[in-house]
Amino acid sequence: MNVHDPRPSRDQGRPDRSIHPGSGRRKTRNAPRGRQVDQASLDEVRALLGDRPRRPDLLIEFLHLIQDHYGCLHARHLAALAKDMRLALVEVYEVATFYAHFDVVIEGEEPPPFLTVRVCDSLSCALNGAETLLSALQSDLGRSVRVVRAPCMGGCDRAPVVAIGHALHEHATIESVKRDVAHGHVHPHIPHYVDFGAYREGGGYRLLTDLLDGRRPIDEVVKALEDSNLRGLGGAGFPTGRKWRFVRAEPAPRLMAVNADEGEPGTFKDRHYLEKDPHRFLEGMLIGALAVEAQAIYIYLRDEYPQVREILLREIAKVEAAGLARHTEIHLRRGAGAYICGEESAMLESIEGKRGLPRHKPPFPSQVGLFGRPTLINNVETLFWVRDIVENGPDWFGGQGRNGRKGLRTFSVSGRVREPGVKLAPAGITVRELIDEYCGGMAEGHSFKGYLPGGASGGILPASMDSIPLDFGTLEQHGCFIGSAAVVILSDRDDMRDVALNLMRFFEDESCGQCTPCRVGTEKAVVLMDQPQWDEGLLNELSRVMTDASICGLGQAAMNPVKQVMKHFRADLTGEIKPAPEGQSEPAPGKPARY
Amino acid sequence: MQDGIRFSLNGVEVEAQAGETIWQVAQRHDTEIPHLCYAHKPGYRPDGNCRACVVEIEGERVLAASCVRKPAPGMKVHTNSERAEASQKLVFELLVADQPDRSDAHDPDSRFWNWADHIHVTGSRFPAVARENKAKDFSHPAMAVQLDACIQCNLCVRACREVQVNDVIGMALRGPNEKIVFDFDDPMGDSTCVACGECVQACPTGALMPATLVDEAGRFTNAPDREVHSVCPYCGVGCQLTYQIKDDRIVAVEGREGPSNQNRLCVKGRFGFDYVHHADRLTVPLIRKDGISKHDTAIDPLNPFTHFREATWEEALERAAGGLKAIRDTHGGNALAGFGSAKGSNEEAYLFQKLVRAGFGTNNVDHCTRLCHASSVAGLLEGVGSGAVSAPFMAAADAEVIVVIGANPTENHPVAATFFKNATERGAKLVVMDPRGTALMRHATHMLQFKPGRDVAMLNAMIHTIIEEELYDRQYVQANTTDFEALAANVKDFPPEQMEAICGIPAATLREVARLYARSEASIIFWGMGVSQHIHGTDNTRCLIALALLTGQIGRPGTGLHPLRGQNNVQGASDAGLIPMFFPDYKSVEDPDVRGFYENLWGARLDPKRGLTVVEIMDAIHADRVRGMYIMGENPAMSDPDVQHAREALAKLEHLVVQDIFLTETAKYADVVLPASAWPEKDGTVTNTNRQVQIGRKALPLPGEARQDLGIIVDLARGLGLDWTYSHPREVFAEMTQAMPSLRNITWDRLERESSVTYPCDAPDEPGHDIVFGNGFPTANGRGRFVPARLVSPAEEPDAEYPMVLTTGRQLEHWHTGSMTRRAQVLDDLEPEAVAYVSARDMERIGLRSGDRLRVSTRRGAIELVARIDGMIPPGLIFIPFAYAEAAANVLTNPQLDPFGKIPEFKFCAAKAEPAFAPAVAAE
Repeated sequence: MNVHDPRPSRDQGRPDRSIHPGSGRRKTRNAPRGRQVDQASLDEVRALLGDRPRRPDLLIEFLHLIQDHYGCLHARHLAALAKDMRLALVEVYEVATFYAHFDVVIEGEEPPPFLTVRVCDSLSCALNGAETLLSALQSDLGRSVRVVRAPCMGGCDRAPVVAIGHALHEHATIESVKRDVAHGHVHPHIPHYVDFGAYREGGGYRLLTDLLDGRRPIDEVVKALEDSNLRGLGGAGFPTGRKWRFVRAEPAPRLMAVNADEGEPGTFKDRHYLEKDPHRFLEGMLIGALAVEAQAIYIYLRDEYPQVREILLREIAKVEAAGLARHTEIHLRRGAGAYICGEESAMLESIEGKRGLPRHKPPFPSQVGLFGRPTLINNVETLFWVRDIVENGPDWFGGQGRNGRKGLRTFSVSGRVREPGVKLAPAGITVRELIDEYCGGMAEGHSFKGYLPGGASGGILPASMDSIPLDFGTLEQHGCFIGSAAVVILSDRDDMRDVALNLMRFFEDESCGQCTPCRVGTEKAVVLMDQPQWDEGLLNELSRVMTDASICGLGQAAMNPVKQVMKHFRADLTGEIKPAPEGQSEPAPGKPARY
Repeated sequence: MQDGIRFSLNGVEVEAQAGETIWQVAQRHDTEIPHLCYAHKPGYRPDGNCRACVVEIEGERVLAASCVRKPAPGMKVHTNSERAEASQKLVFELLVADQPDRSDAHDPDSRFWNWADHIHVTGSRFPAVARENKAKDFSHPAMAVQLDACIQCNLCVRACREVQVNDVIGMALRGPNEKIVFDFDDPMGDSTCVACGECVQACPTGALMPATLVDEAGRFTNAPDREVHSVCPYCGVGCQLTYQIKDDRIVAVEGREGPSNQNRLCVKGRFGFDYVHHADRLTVPLIRKDGISKHDTAIDPLNPFTHFREATWEEALERAAGGLKAIRDTHGGNALAGFGSAKGSNEEAYLFQKLVRAGFGTNNVDHCTRLCHASSVAGLLEGVGSGAVSAPFMAAADAEVIVVIGANPTENHPVAATFFKNATERGAKLVVMDPRGTALMRHATHMLQFKPGRDVAMLNAMIHTIIEEELYDRQYVQANTTDFEALAANVKDFPPEQMEAICGIPAATLREVARLYARSEASIIFWGMGVSQHIHGTDNTRCLIALALLTGQIGRPGTGLHPLRGQNNVQGASDAGLIPMFFPDYKSVEDPDVRGFYENLWGARLDPKRGLTVVEIMDAIHADRVRGMYIMGENPAMSDPDVQHAREALAKLEHLVVQDIFLTETAKYADVVLPASAWPEKDGTVTNTNRQVQIGRKALPLPGEARQDLGIIVDLARGLGLDWTYSHPREVFAEMTQAMPSLRNITWDRLERESSVTYPCDAPDEPGHDIVFGNGFPTANGRGRFVPARLVSPAEEPDAEYPMVLTTGRQLEHWHTGSMTRRAQVLDDLEPEAVAYVSARDMERIGLRSGDRLRVSTRRGAIELVARIDGMIPPGLIFIPFAYAEAAANVLTNPQLDPFGKIPEFKFCAAKAEPAFAPAVAAE
């Protein structure tokens, strides 16, 4: 009846029908169903894992161990890992293939070269020649090095950026990359930072110790946070004090998760604080854990920041040794190249060792979070301010601000300004003030055309709308939001159509694929936007449905730039203005052929 | 909790029950909401990923998936607002863009296309994008994978991972590249897929389909023209199913929502149906040609006319009945014997034993229950007064601790196993005890891989712990049991610290598991033939019963004793009296009152002495005490231990009548062969392992001149002088209900209506009792009885000449002696030839590689077959499935019997394994 007869029998001879009732068209398998685990691979995996507990939530950590050691994930190792962890083969495979930093190599496939150079092609780097760099490196570095494109690595103010192995390499040029590759500079460079001793000398951990020893009530901290109007600085802007109070009211055991998966293109402030003053963040984190009585803290750090990982590994050990984490336990978890894991519920899934698929809400993580427990989730920067707010008083933080807004914001400014970088500025500052007062004006030869107020998903506004206070709640009426305060400045040399397409490609690459509007919508949008003439009617319909019906913020916001371009930059769409000089065979300096 | 949640649905005030989603409330109010990734079926969690079911909730920024979202009081929900419908439709339009043309679609009648029609989406304005994830995979014999129709809805992943918990299918990669994969994106046919087909049943687009329904190009060409609801013919789980039929041939099978399967099936039930259409089917009565020796069995079933001649039914029946009658009249009824079948219906089993008892005049009637759970039944009747399960396997859902001992349910009761796995996912603790590793191990909290044949040592050590540490339920023991002191005295000799060396399980583990079992709120024990098929099988069962009685882990939800019954109707056939010592409902044939009742009911004088069992009958033939047999649907020439001995017995019979659907190994010894009906060709009831009486419905016409089994039994009875007039199974069922209190309140009409009724049942309009013994036991004094068990060594221990242990059993794909499954194409493709499972260490020692031919011999014979390295097999053990005629495992097995259940020791004998160089000799 089955017509496929997939594998004809090895032996065409029909068995003796007087004995054998089967058809005899196939031979039996030599092994139980499916892949088998060979002892050598199992031994290799066990040697790497050592005596670590084989908990399923550690799957991604174990994949990193194998990937780091063997340069890829051989199928035989994955099968062995599945057996050793008592997971199904496919549970390991689907996680391994979800994250960009894992290279699964099936039998018969060529393993990748041991060294991978990742070239950031997100907007700020694209503005600075990433595409040219990518193709040049691909042809120049030869077969022993793999050169691939990658999303934002948090070095947007020093674009273009590449990662050479585990070394972040900024202000990259073809020559500088080739030089570092040749010299084998593939390990993280640890920047100078305020270490444990220096931080303590400066009065650090006094607040935490006071709280731990009961000299100060934790309520005082929560109250100070509420009074300061500190809001979640990962982008959602939820009042921090209130969140702590909510989680504390949930039944124990409770957990805490720290979102250090800064991945919104254009954002690099968390990296800045972690690389400069990690203990100020750690103290805030430990106070947060105390406030909600979290049994354990999971720090989810993006894999693009290996130098930060080194810092945290060293410094957390000192904190623990000093007994400052005696009220909880700290787990440092490593992302693996997935922007979506910055979405808080996707991050929880990833910490649990799974694919980073956002969860449906309700229930919210404060009620049903990590491992099903009530979970406090805070961003790095949010926690960074806790000590200062308590020590300086809530008015110090809340008293700052401009244009009627309150507080401080850390802007990550990149793009066409003279002095890009991390800018600690009053909340409510306008983009014009930010450029002029903090960034030394526009870059040479560029005039201000538009800006992204909140990274890739926060929309695009024209220069004419340069007097909007930048803060939570001020941009929504214009179809935008501040998010993580990643401001990318664009100039007359930039084609907004290309900008929008760059952003849409990013979303397509980073969509987790869970829901139809985002998975299929980003794909179709890229195709539609690549057409000479945009079908604006269809793009608008698609925008509405992606915004209305996607599960998480990625899909809901992915079309913001498209909508803004159609609204504010019509000239770029109709091709009336060519931003780049005509007749140039080479791309203009600082301007990629296409981004 | 609260009464209900009142909210507004499209402007109408409605009320949701606790836990209901918006979609479910809408459905109750006949408000249709499109949906793709949601299956409104038991076991399927809503996932909310397709977004076809999004609805508008006033005051919320974005739309919500109605399949996931639960209403809140006062919520205002719109399922059909312009905004909601725009999203619902565009979701379809986005998906249609990449679908194959409907004219080309693998299933143009899929749920996807039907919904698209329903909401008027016919085409798409979006461009299709070619991607690698739109792959086709025809590597599996049973299923066609065509991912160009895949919409990434994840239903197959949930089917595989959360419903059946086989964990083969996953979603790899991400974003638009997301791809449904098997294991490591392996071809389905090379993956760990067990072919349960749950994914095929779940797929809403035709991306996964039964291969039988599509042509070579993957197009849907075999659309069924009618459907018939029935029950699966294979194992004791008793899955309800629907035959899909085209031109009077079954083209596919779907799971139905029966109480024991909730739409689930396994590979045999779903894909093993085409044996009924096999060219080997017997279609005419056959009579052995004169002068053909019964030792000459080289007969091709496709052409039996080398040894048999075609006969008319009239002649065949006359010859069949005449031969039996002659022996009866010359040598007395006890010179005859009958083997009925647990594959037949209750009505057939009942009539068969009635024929043997009333027509032959003997109690020499038995069937394969003797070979599977006879010792369990003996132990249970002695200990708790009933041979059936105390709770259905679904009770695992309520259990805190689940013990599975000597059973490999993922292979042998696959659908029951899915519910065990569901329970562990929920958090139940699973303790697996088996000398062989099993697939359940991965889900187990404790795996006790004990030494073969040392069950009593292990179990008594647990009982010892429970008594010594006073973990037993003193009150329960006092109120509900007898002979506790005897048990306590007996287990004094079994401290875990001493048993450790005997059973191979560390004392600490034995104590830990004993404590776990005893202390839990609800513990349940499931066992299989690893417990029963030993000469100490009854002792093994006694230990399990003692564990349950001691701790009061019986008679409540989530507790109990459940021997997983093998055949689809082994429970029913045993209940119907197809056993030599009992009339229906386990009434002793040696009790004069009972006999009087039956003599009155049946109008015949009945034999006052218990009859012979399966193996005893074979011995009696050799001893010239039994001379003629009637065998219906049973295959002792494959299933008996030391099968050469059994075959010689069959050859020795003066008269053998075999009634079957194929010319089985047994039929080859027949004088008369009567072509009978396959399960889908008849009406009848069967009783599964859960005590659920279920109805099977005739779906197909009979091939050739084949007849209904029931009619053949009646004709033979008339030939033997009985004046039977039954013309339909309903009449037989009605008579059974007069004789069998167990069937009280169950009628044929009720079964036609409800498809399944559990016994015991208190009223015609009430469901039966799933869980029994909540209030004492059906014993004379109402109490359960402890029966101490001592250590009995296996009958044949390994020695220098035969250093290994041979154990036999079944494989997922093949049923019993293989007569049906080896003629089902998918099953034959999946497991095509005889195979022995051996550990890597032994293979190395023997000097073979996996796939080489191995010669296995015991004191009874030798076979040659392919050796397969299997990580689940401990060194020193060989496992051989007994389904393969070309290397019949039962050539090797030891016919030593358990003294109580008379079950042979299939699970243990001494064997030798060596490379096969010379051609095999069936017996030495």
